[in-house]
Amino acid sequence: MLIFVVRRLGLMLLSAFVLTFVVFYLTNLPPNLEKLARSEGSVRMTDEAVAQWIIDNGHGGSVLGRYGQWLGVVPGWSNVDEKGVPRGRCFAAGTDPALAPRYCGILQGDWGYSTYFRGPVLPNLGEKLGATGILMLWVMIVMIPTSLLIGILAGMREGSRTDRVLSTFSIATTATPEYVSGVVLVALLASPVTGLSPLLSEWGLIDGKILFQGAASPDRITFWSFTLPVLTIALYGIGYIARMTRASMTEVMTAQYIRTARLKGVGFRQVVLRHALRNALIAPFTVIMLQFPWLLNGVVIVETLFNYKGFGWTLVVAAGNNDINLLLGCSVVAVFVVLVTQLISDIGYVFLNPRIRLS
Amino acid sequence: MEDLSYTAILVRILAQLLPVWIALVVTFALSVSFKRRLGLYGKLFDSPVGMIGFGMVMFWVFTAILADMIVTFDPYAQFSGMRNVPLGTALAGATEGDYSHFLLGGDSLARDVFSRMVMGARSVLSIAPAATAFAFMVGITLGVPAGYFGGRFDTGLSFVANLVLAFPVILLFYLLVTPEIVDHKILFFSAFLPDATELACRAKDSVTADTFACFGLSIPTMLAAVLFIFPIIFISILLNARFFTNPMKRNLYVGVVLVIGLWAYSGLAFNMDPLGVWSMEPNLLNVFVSVVFVNAPTVFRIVRGIVMDLKARDYVAAGQTRGEGPWYIMLWEILPNARGPLIVDFCLRIGYTTILLGTLGFFGLGVAPDSPDWGSTIDEGRKTLNMFPHAAVVPALALMSLVLGLNLLADGLREESLRD
Repeated sequence: MLIFVVRRLGLMLLSAFVLTFVVFYLTNLPPNLEKLARSEGSVRMTDEAVAQWIIDNGHGGSVLGRYGQWLGVVPGWSNVDEKGVPRGRCFAAGTDPALAPRYCGILQGDWGYSTYFRGPVLPNLGEKLGATGILMLWVMIVMIPTSLLIGILAGMREGSRTDRVLSTFSIATTATPEYVSGVVLVALLASPVTGLSPLLSEWGLIDGKILFQGAASPDRITFWSFTLPVLTIALYGIGYIARMTRASMTEVMTAQYIRTARLKGVGFRQVVLRHALRNALIAPFTVIMLQFPWLLNGVVIVETLFNYKGFGWTLVVAAGNNDINLLLGCSVVAVFVVLVTQLISDIGYVFLNPRIRLS
Repeated sequence: MEDLSYTAILVRILAQLLPVWIALVVTFALSVSFKRRLGLYGKLFDSPVGMIGFGMVMFWVFTAILADMIVTFDPYAQFSGMRNVPLGTALAGATEGDYSHFLLGGDSLARDVFSRMVMGARSVLSIAPAATAFAFMVGITLGVPAGYFGGRFDTGLSFVANLVLAFPVILLFYLLVTPEIVDHKILFFSAFLPDATELACRAKDSVTADTFACFGLSIPTMLAAVLFIFPIIFISILLNARFFTNPMKRNLYVGVVLVIGLWAYSGLAFNMDPLGVWSMEPNLLNVFVSVVFVNAPTVFRIVRGIVMDLKARDYVAAGQTRGEGPWYIMLWEILPNARGPLIVDFCLRIGYTTILLGTLGFFGLGVAPDSPDWGSTIDEGRKTLNMFPHAAVVPALALMSLVLGLNLLADGLREESLRD
């Protein structure tokens, strides 16, 4: 068990380094740096001036060296510009370089300067992650019980009418990506001209013009503003998890020990709740954990659609504005989330499944 | 001209789609009457779910093929006074020969939503199945030997596949599908060149840029160069393994594949086809390559899993005892037995690819900003979503129905292939 965990951890670290290097390489390609130079320096810089700016600001030299600096395992760059002011990675222009630390990368907690937020990356990113955390919490609260319930009800009696209805519903939700369900939900429930809102407003059942709000903000979390974003993300996941739960449940329900329990005279309810459920929920656990990377996708789409200023919105803004450090920060978080959930799902599967744990 | 009621709109749309209905009826009539002789495809017509799914998919396939007959207006044309008009508005200032109404309203640039949706089907269906097929070629060519041989080869490839899968898809798209990366060439001999020469290589309109020392490729082209070679490798090995004992035939078949394949390869990946038959827009190539790149690792894992399961079967041992080569066993004995799950996954994956293409369009990274493909139109429509939802809802529902059809079709196929 221990060797297994250590090996998995080692592989995870290796993956993290490779992935962050790839992102670093792609975000620090010469054209991106030239664009950065023109937006930070001046638009009318000559090509030579741009090249000089790139070198002066520590973007020259080999990619590996710069990656090491960003990571914090290679000493940060420093030089003196033409006005005689010392500049460097680890200190603000004009301060004494002697006082600055030698290494300053993400390992030291210095995630760089965001050109979009005009401030350090880490606190800004942390705040946005918090906002996304709240959104995800509600998504989980809605998604997991609903999908497990649908899956168990459908898988309990395979081929029954309940099974057919619920399975069709699951297939329909997996066929509806977030940008489709979001658009349809807004049109149905949050538009003053179509769907339910004009009807309800005419009958005097709601005060405003719309039932739910088509935009959300982390500062004002209300039922009316949060329902649509949460529902949009949850819907896509519900179908998938429900189908996996159903498959696992139907398999368990045909197992020998269930038949034995039935023949002993245990009631159907008892069989499902006491005997089947525990074994049927092992597979969905893995699926729910592996669903996190997908939720990340959903979060980006939904936050863009509902203009909710969280992690996904930050990623889009960083990519759109060529904010290299912010984009790198976002990718570190994303890669970390994916790899950690993979690890938890692997270890959890072994831990939950006595057949593997004991052998 | 008066505006139309909802019933009238529905009737007119159904009438406009008449060619599609005829094609669907013919397909179903022929398939049902010959279903006993059509193998797995015929069995599909025993399952109601599969039939509904197949109907939905074929509806969009025929719509895409017959789009020219169905559209009421040029999907790119703008009409004055038709901005954001609701469903069934009469065309202002219609002249002789024009269709009289905007059946599903107008979008924010005063274009006909119905025609754009119909043309969008063509745009989506010309990319998604092809991209999925390429992903399958890559996944099968690498997954079959990885599962069969195992060992270092398998470990290495699995690690790379997991790496790609751990990459958040949207981040990857943002990094790969930006104009800067498309234009930027990685110079192959950069390490040996003096800085001045490298600058000369990069300068626009310079003569030196075409010389050998300046040889370089952009990242999407490099990816295309790697990914597009797999279909050629796959088909060559497939034919070589089959006709190994008959060199005359083998040389002929493999030769033909190589000539046609490399000809298409030079045009599609590098845009350097000497005859100019094969070519791909740089933007399209970019989108295509990223979608293949994202899909291939999953296919690889599925194929590898199936092959690892099947290689323990008796018929594989029998083949080995007979002295058959490993490639013959892999491609002509194991692969045909894996076709059931692979066909099912192929249907599901086309749906998933459609969703990915929509995602690309939704973030404005699609084929072209004014392209009628569904993702881009949803992106455009969502800006006016609150007041004029129809511009976004119509393509959204179209996309959903296609993906739903593919999922139902896959479900029907799975049921029927498990039955025998």
